[in-house]
Amino acid sequence: MRAALDLNKKQKRSVGGCQRRRPSMCTITSVFFGGGTPSLAPPSTIAAVLETAARHAHLPGDAEVTLEVNPTPAGASSLGDFKVAGVNRFSVGVQSLHDEDLRVLGRDHSSQDALRTVAEAQRLCPGRVSVDVIFGRPGQTAGLWETELEELLSVCDDHVSLYQLTLERGTYLFKQVQAGLLGVPEENTMAQMYDSARRILGKRGFLQYEVSNFARNGAVSSHNMNYWKAGQYLGVGPGAHGRFTPREEGRVLREARTQTLEPDVWIKEVQRWGHGTRRRIPLEHLELLEEVLLMGLRLAEGVSHEHWRQFSPDADLQKVLGTSIEVQELQDRGLLVLDDRGLRCSWEGLALLDSLLPPLLLQLQEHGGQKGARG
Amino acid sequence: MSRFPVENIRNFSIIAHVDHGKSTLADRLLEMTGAIAKTERNKQVLDKLQVERERGITVKAQTASLFYMYNGQTYLLNLIDTPGHVDFSYEVSRSISACQGVLLIVDANQGIQAQTVANFYLAFEAQLTIIPVLNKIDLKNADPERVASQIEKVFDIPKEDCIRISAKLGTNVDQVLEEIVKRIPPPVARGDEPFKALVFDSTFDHYRGVVTNIALFGGQVSKGDKIMSAHAGKVYEVNEVGILRPEEQPTDRLYGGQVGYLIAGMKEVKEAQIGDTLFHQKHPVEALPGFKPAKAMVFAGMYPVDQSEYSSLRSAVDRLTLNDSSVTVQRDSSHALGAGWRLGFLGLLHMEVFNQRLEQEYNASVIMTVPTVPYKAVFSSAKLIKGHRGVQKNMVYIDDQRVMMKYLFPLNEVIVDFYDHLKSLSSGYASFDYEDAGYQPADLVKMDILLNGKPVEELAMIVHRDKAYSSGKALCERLKDCIPRQLFEIAVQAAIGSKVMARETIKAYRKNVLAKCYGGDITRKMKLLKKQAEGKKKMRRIGNIEVPKDAFISVLKRKDK
Repeated sequence: MRAALDLNKKQKRSVGGCQRRRPSMCTITSVFFGGGTPSLAPPSTIAAVLETAARHAHLPGDAEVTLEVNPTPAGASSLGDFKVAGVNRFSVGVQSLHDEDLRVLGRDHSSQDALRTVAEAQRLCPGRVSVDVIFGRPGQTAGLWETELEELLSVCDDHVSLYQLTLERGTYLFKQVQAGLLGVPEENTMAQMYDSARRILGKRGFLQYEVSNFARNGAVSSHNMNYWKAGQYLGVGPGAHGRFTPREEGRVLREARTQTLEPDVWIKEVQRWGHGTRRRIPLEHLELLEEVLLMGLRLAEGVSHEHWRQFSPDADLQKVLGTSIEVQELQDRGLLVLDDRGLRCSWEGLALLDSLLPPLLLQLQEHGGQKGARG
Repeated sequence: MSRFPVENIRNFSIIAHVDHGKSTLADRLLEMTGAIAKTERNKQVLDKLQVERERGITVKAQTASLFYMYNGQTYLLNLIDTPGHVDFSYEVSRSISACQGVLLIVDANQGIQAQTVANFYLAFEAQLTIIPVLNKIDLKNADPERVASQIEKVFDIPKEDCIRISAKLGTNVDQVLEEIVKRIPPPVARGDEPFKALVFDSTFDHYRGVVTNIALFGGQVSKGDKIMSAHAGKVYEVNEVGILRPEEQPTDRLYGGQVGYLIAGMKEVKEAQIGDTLFHQKHPVEALPGFKPAKAMVFAGMYPVDQSEYSSLRSAVDRLTLNDSSVTVQRDSSHALGAGWRLGFLGLLHMEVFNQRLEQEYNASVIMTVPTVPYKAVFSSAKLIKGHRGVQKNMVYIDDQRVMMKYLFPLNEVIVDFYDHLKSLSSGYASFDYEDAGYQPADLVKMDILLNGKPVEELAMIVHRDKAYSSGKALCERLKDCIPRQLFEIAVQAAIGSKVMARETIKAYRKNVLAKCYGGDITRKMKLLKKQAEGKKKMRRIGNIEVPKDAFISVLKRKDK
């Protein structure tokens, strides 16, 4: 995938889902404009990227093209132009309906701006708008959260992404909390908020299909699904990540690729060499399986047997994991399910996924080791 | 080195409290008799080990033979340098038994201190001539009058007997040499007697085997002789004999009354134990009295930081104990820490020096678990009755500035921090010596540590009943900090029998999942996950609780270090 682009701002583009049709032609199933604030770029840039992509591969009209939107007053007004440029799905960073909290989070929009943006986006692309919300903010209680969520659900479209607040080093919020000027809710409260959010969304007809993602009327993010199903994707832009098998080069192993991080350096490299790929690391068979598990288990449907077979044709999930006592224990606890459908987390298990993964990984390594010893 | 008339031999030791100038005086004596050249660098020539130089103490006793001209005659003065620390009193007692006299050094400012007294008694009980030497008279605060009176009062030695010197400057040191010749009697040894020698030290040399330092009480010995040791009971052929100047100087033969070294094909220092008696195989003699196998007073568990370092640590311990037969070594293993040892030392300093030498000379890093002192459990339920506080036994005023007090303490109260506390409380003036008063009944209990009801054997400890609650609580808190949260609640308890003394709870995770995991997040997440999986491999399962090794270490290791 080669493209030389004129960039003003740092943007990441992720192009997903290539399928082989003809030797040098693949089909792009989705495009995602994310990274920093892609809605700051002029719609013409978006159009240019899409056109370039269409020149090098098959980009069908019904491919999902998502743009992340920061719901500032300026952002809302250009939504129409973006649609013209080729965007057919919007992901709006609402985060919170409380203006106070928005300030604490360092956002430059108000809740009114956000609601207006969502409404506009819905008008342009009905059923194809996603809303991002953050819970666990300083001063938030479980009760306040539930009220806010209900309010949000009455005006949002068919897709919600729900994230627990994580404090990133170097941010204003982080420093405030460190200094003791701001407090965040207790762990128990956070767990409670997540739990009640899941239930409330469920009652409103949203299906939780991933740890943080909920959709009704089938409005799942096909681009993100590709990640969780360990599909192929190309990352374009400074710091972008990709994972695919470069069959054009005659390779067989899937590679993890990273683009150069700094925007100006990236631009120079692209202009000079035609690409900005800084690292390419082929994934060993075991590593690939680890990723399949890690990502697949984030989905409510988990890892089905057929899905697993694509990556591990010789050893099914039962064979790999069946002998582990710990895995059995996790099933007995009702956190993990391994049945004729596949492997997945239970409702409780999903919230504790990161505690379940280490034993699974160890068992996967053990099994891989045994195979190696025998083979 | 021809036959020396026994009448012209003097065997003596220098004994003193720590830092009163023993080693400096030894330096001076060596210089003045030409054994070493007079230079600045001779500062404490006889202290050879790095740890000795760093701490300014002598750990290994060293010996040197000096030639001294006096009144037209040449005298052979055998100096035996002794360890100056309370932990090594047995070594000191053996060195002393090879002598006929001692120089008792007392700092002219500090006066009599604990080791002064302890060492005096050793010499006194051995019926040696004691020459009191007041050192550091060059210092501003020196008060030789007061100290001489002190000596007279406590040791019953006339004031006039004291020689006032400055070892550092060499003042009056020649007088010391004179007095050694005049006051200390020559050894009693007859050439026609069978060979009989006392082993008062031994060292291991990689090329030549064990080198023993011996004092001949009678007879002669030379290369090729077949000798035996009384306590080891083995026969050896003598490879080499000689005197120490202080370096080894081989000779044909050693004679009764002399002091020197002997090499006889022994492979381990344990074959030449301090205090043992050597004699010719064909002429067995009665063993010299006073031999005691070294008795360990302080024990510690020692484990490598990681089991993969076990064998290199084992070699280091083996090599170190080659030269230190008073360390008792027993293999031990702990479920928590893996394979290791239970080591016995003569005292806390001995243990610290050993540890330091391990680190410095062998680059080994170890986990030392809290030292324990030997307990005798009377019943299988391990309940002992014991007094907690020291019981005062007597009190004597040495002079108007000093008082000497005797207390009876339980040894484990003393062994860890007592010395340090005493020093800091008394601004360093108080000094301290102890001796084993035998086992006393005590009020101790066994405290169990339970995780979700399951006892963890490695963490069980014996504590005094009064301290059970506070130690239990402290332990539970430490564990709480070290054990990571799991999918269920963990109750950490300290109990005595069925009674719970303290408890901490580690809450279960209710939510533990990364919020965002998209294309760019996978690599980072995988790395984190792999690290967790690795860490998991190193954990120990107690019931279904995963406990990291660090938890055991933090609970078991010495708190002060």
